[in-house]
Amino acid sequence: MAETLASSRSYYLVFFALLALTFVTIGLTFLHLGRWHTPIALLIAFSKALIVALFFMHLRHGNRLYWLALGSGLLWLGILMTLTLSDFLTRDWLSY
Amino acid sequence: MTTLTTPYRPQAKVTETTAENYLNVAYGVKSWLLTTDHKRIGLLYLMSVTVMFFVGGVAATLIRLNLLTPHGQLVTADTYNKLFSAHGIVMVFFFLVPVVPTVLGNFMLPLMIGARDLAFPRLNLASWYIYLVGAFLMLLVLFSGGVDTGWTFYTPFSSKASHTNVLPAVTAIVIAGFSSIFTGLNFVVTVHRLRAPGLTWFRLPLFVWSLYSTSIIMLLATPVLAMLFVLLAIERLWGVGIFDPALDGDPLLFQHLFWFYSHPAVYIMILPGMGIVSEILPCFSRKNIFGYQFIAFSSISIAVIGFLVWGHHMFVAGESVYAALVFSLLSYLVAVPSAIKVFNWTATLYKGSVSFQTPMLFALGFIGLFTIGGLTGLMLAALGLNIHVHDTYFIVAHFHFIMVGGMVMGYMAGLHYWWPKMTGKMYSEWWARLSALIIFVGFILTFMPQFILGYLGMPRRYHVYPAEFQVLNVLSTAGASILGVGYLLPFAYLIASLFGRTRSGPNPWAATGLEWQTPSPPPPQNFLVTPHVTCGPYEYALSSEGDHASS
Repeated sequence: MAETLASSRSYYLVFFALLALTFVTIGLTFLHLGRWHTPIALLIAFSKALIVALFFMHLRHGNRLYWLALGSGLLWLGILMTLTLSDFLTRDWLSY
Repeated sequence: MTTLTTPYRPQAKVTETTAENYLNVAYGVKSWLLTTDHKRIGLLYLMSVTVMFFVGGVAATLIRLNLLTPHGQLVTADTYNKLFSAHGIVMVFFFLVPVVPTVLGNFMLPLMIGARDLAFPRLNLASWYIYLVGAFLMLLVLFSGGVDTGWTFYTPFSSKASHTNVLPAVTAIVIAGFSSIFTGLNFVVTVHRLRAPGLTWFRLPLFVWSLYSTSIIMLLATPVLAMLFVLLAIERLWGVGIFDPALDGDPLLFQHLFWFYSHPAVYIMILPGMGIVSEILPCFSRKNIFGYQFIAFSSISIAVIGFLVWGHHMFVAGESVYAALVFSLLSYLVAVPSAIKVFNWTATLYKGSVSFQTPMLFALGFIGLFTIGGLTGLMLAALGLNIHVHDTYFIVAHFHFIMVGGMVMGYMAGLHYWWPKMTGKMYSEWWARLSALIIFVGFILTFMPQFILGYLGMPRRYHVYPAEFQVLNVLSTAGASILGVGYLLPFAYLIASLFGRTRSGPNPWAATGLEWQTPSPPPPQNFLVTPHVTCGPYEYALSSEGDHASS
């Protein structure tokens, strides 16, 4: 399987980027952002997950099979969240 | 329909024997504990899961003995709670989930696809050690006080109220879960990468299709269970509000995540059993399987749709009625691929040359009992009826028809079908047929009364009950004792066969699969020459000698 390996330098960069984003998350808890608090924290978490997936999981240089594996995982996560939320979001509409 | 009376079929064309096989290639404890041969690892798993089966069986026996009388005089209520928890946890996580993939799947998958081993042999051995660690920890939990949450570990009882070994128990399950994940990963890669020349996807045996579907579920569902138990531990240890309503958590979130794994886990259990039946029916009907592609794709459909139905476990738990409607509809849908299988199996038998040897008896038992379990599942998917029988013995009977009547019958069918291949020895057909009959009768007598008990309103998980339920409970306990005899018999005659002189030869059933084209027991490298597949797996019409592959 032909695969371009990332350099050590890029791994260190990714590592420090993840550390930096973690400190940003901690710093966020000291700010009073009201209803924007959770969306911003989620955005940071999504960025970290994306970096991990692209570099540490080799998706950036991998072939389509890697993306298929990621896609399957995300699809199943989508199923889990959608059907669980179908309960949580409609529970107040009508109760037994 | 013609019935053949020959005890078993004449030998197939491959009659060459080899002095060296996977059993005699090396001796000593080390050669077993460090082996990477999938066949030896299959046998190691066979011994391990059999021990766990008997541990779970002892708990079941004590439960049934306690229920002989309405006042539950054998054990206290607390001990009873621990007994049904031990029975459920051991049977589900340490027997039913791993047994067919790790024993029969491990042993047969490479043989059925013409490979020398699984894709990752060392990972395979590691998965057995990981299973052992989980199993030992669970046994330690059980013998050091046990756990009283039931196998479902529902919160907030498990996270807050229970004073038993909850965390060690869930740790053991998480560890065993990693073993499942590794097995699933190994199987998926093996099926994709190691098929013999000419073995296209639609020439794969249906057991391989079912293992592949099972592996997908193992890979996608098991991590959710691990994450769930980590969340449970966080709440129990540090009081972080996740599931406890008093801490702004939501107990139904636990149930959503738990059943997202545990309902598909039912299909982890039953799909390999379905695959085994699909192997055995054509062989003992001397016919090609009816609707090969329908059966293959129905395995995939069950694996996928099985992920969409978990909410039917929560109809009375406070789930939104709208979500309940959706889950009810989806639960009906999963019956469609299951029914496709049953209809195709029945059509395979039609005008076949049917013979009733032991594997076939177990396979036919599977179809009958699974169908009853499946149809009562449809009753439970109906919202109104579900409310009436929820948490009663009707549920207990239903899932035992699937898991024991279906899955364990399927496992027994497969074990008897492939035992000659695994050991090179033939067991006593007479005793084996008797065992199949005893298990079937014992099973019906154990669980049919429980349907009635449940419909009449007897709740599950209580160690006492009203006196008017006693007759049905006595019948159920009597059935359980017959069932126990039925399960002990194979243990005796299969071990006896190892010391007997009746050799099976490479192909005692004149079957067509690749695994029968090599000596029994197989050589360490599985095949003396690489097989080249030229036709489908069940071409019984082409040759009565089971000529499936050319070399």
